[in-house]
Amino acid sequence: MKLWRRRKELHCVEFVELVTDYLEGALPDREVRRIDEHLHACAGCHRVLDQWREVIHLTGMLRDEQVDAIDPEIRADLMAAFRDSRGG
Amino acid sequence: MGEREGDATASDEVDFTDDRVLVAALRRGDEEAFSWLLDRYDASLRRMALGFVSTPAVADEVVQETWLGVIKGIDRFEGRSSLKTWIYRIMMNIARTRGVRESRSVPFASLGGDGSEGEQPAFSPDRFQGGGWTAPPAPWDELPVERLEAKDTLAQVRAALAELPPSQRLVMSMRDLDGATAEEVCDLLEISPGNQRVLLHRARAKVRQRLEDALLGDDVVRADP
Repeated sequence: MKLWRRRKELHCVEFVELVTDYLEGALPDREVRRIDEHLHACAGCHRVLDQWREVIHLTGMLRDEQVDAIDPEIRADLMAAFRDSRGG
Repeated sequence: MGEREGDATASDEVDFTDDRVLVAALRRGDEEAFSWLLDRYDASLRRMALGFVSTPAVADEVVQETWLGVIKGIDRFEGRSSLKTWIYRIMMNIARTRGVRESRSVPFASLGGDGSEGEQPAFSPDRFQGGGWTAPPAPWDELPVERLEAKDTLAQVRAALAELPPSQRLVMSMRDLDGATAEEVCDLLEISPGNQRVLLHRARAKVRQRLEDALLGDDVVRADP
């Protein structure tokens, strides 16, 4: 990644590998500014950023469908196990 | 946070988000403390366990075993990590053992690299020329929201996640599905922050590509007859 320190202009092909670092706040301020400038001027890369966020959002939507709440019977068993371990 | 004030017998005033309070309560057999723990982490543990084993039923077993491990081990908890991390580690150890038996364990050895060996870039190189776009992604926001958040779109996301290499799937599930912080993921999987980001980036890139193919493949990209 040393190349883009020397170069002034950020290229789209570089940005697409930096999206996650950018969203994670893992880049130095200087690079963030370069990216912000690029995003301002580049609709394609801006769309990539939007789609990255959309992917995160949609993945988060799987949260509720993936597992059910704890089975009441299992819960009761575990509570009993806890009680026994402390009481006994 | 100095010494604790007053006695904390009225449970609704007890702050279980404070590990010291929670651990002390668990050790003296406070059932509300254990109940709180179940409410808070059981679903999240089972979601994560799904990343290591093949069926929800096995994941459920892994997590039940985890809770029994917590009950047994709480007196030995030393507070060197957060209680949450300690519980998740117990789960991971149990899940890994089960996963090995099912030969579906996450190859943790591979978490050591930076995760990018032999990986495709986020976008195919033939979508660029001279560093700039020749084929930028088509917009999704012109699609109706109902289509974007429809069941079949989510099914695509789920399928894309399932197809990821295990280490990428694990990191992306923890972060984007379960909402864990980058720090928690690094801590649990014992990987560097940079490695965590590489795995996350690769994973998101693949999910995005699959969504693009699914959402736009048929009607938008191909303008020519």
